[in-house]
Amino acid sequence: MDGALERSIPSDVQYIEGIVAEIVAHCTAVGFPPRLIARNVPVAVTEALVNAIRYGNADDSAKVVRIRARIDRHSLVVEVADEGEGFDLQLALRDPTTPERIEAEDGRGLFLMHAFTDRVEQFRDGDAGGNVVRLTVHCA
Amino acid sequence: MSFRTVRHQDVVIVEVDGQLIVSNRQELKQLILDEVAAGTRKVLIDFARAGYIDSSGLGVLVSLAKRLREEDGELRLANLNDDLRSLFELTKLDTLFRIGDTRERGLDQF
Repeated sequence: MDGALERSIPSDVQYIEGIVAEIVAHCTAVGFPPRLIARNVPVAVTEALVNAIRYGNADDSAKVVRIRARIDRHSLVVEVADEGEGFDLQLALRDPTTPERIEAEDGRGLFLMHAFTDRVEQFRDGDAGGNVVRLTVHCA
Repeated sequence: MSFRTVRHQDVVIVEVDGQLIVSNRQELKQLILDEVAAGTRKVLIDFARAGYIDSSGLGVLVSLAKRLREEDGELRLANLNDDLRSLFELTKLDTLFRIGDTRERGLDQF
């Protein structure tokens, strides 16, 4: 059973868990391995949504975050679009595990998004404007 | 998702049921800060019934560990499943916390 999902949510972190649960349910239905279902997919998608809400839309509840996901037994592709100017994906290369940063409260989101996916892409939405982050997770 | 507090001698044990993520991290933080304000210096968080933890959840654990250290206390963790343990290893946060395989081991010599 392949799946597709399109949702829009206000810029409020309270909506994240529901969206993640829907995507994980689709992944479970097509037979994703347990580790992807229990850790990689929910954490990576959560981080993308937090970035869109916090940094893309600056917690402005009047702005929306749009989510599009395509799921089949081979892969998950999720696009998270906000209304902002984007953020520096290179920050993901900043290692949060160094002695100087390991006790920081923040700075692990992009790191985990990269660690738990096979590809992270960022581009501008040509129609709606705004920033889009696309995550790809392969099953193999 | 919820947090439940139980006491074992002078240790406050917080059981996490469900995810520890951006939407509920503040609840956990305030719960433990209230315990610290009331004099608690030893806290064990039990993840036996936990789901996934995001970067915000990890961040609040780091913050609470520092707060307890400032008060000459300690935050310990217990019952991380394989997925959670590998998350702590990936972020090297396993070096910041004493992590018990079981609640009893987490309480050992606390």
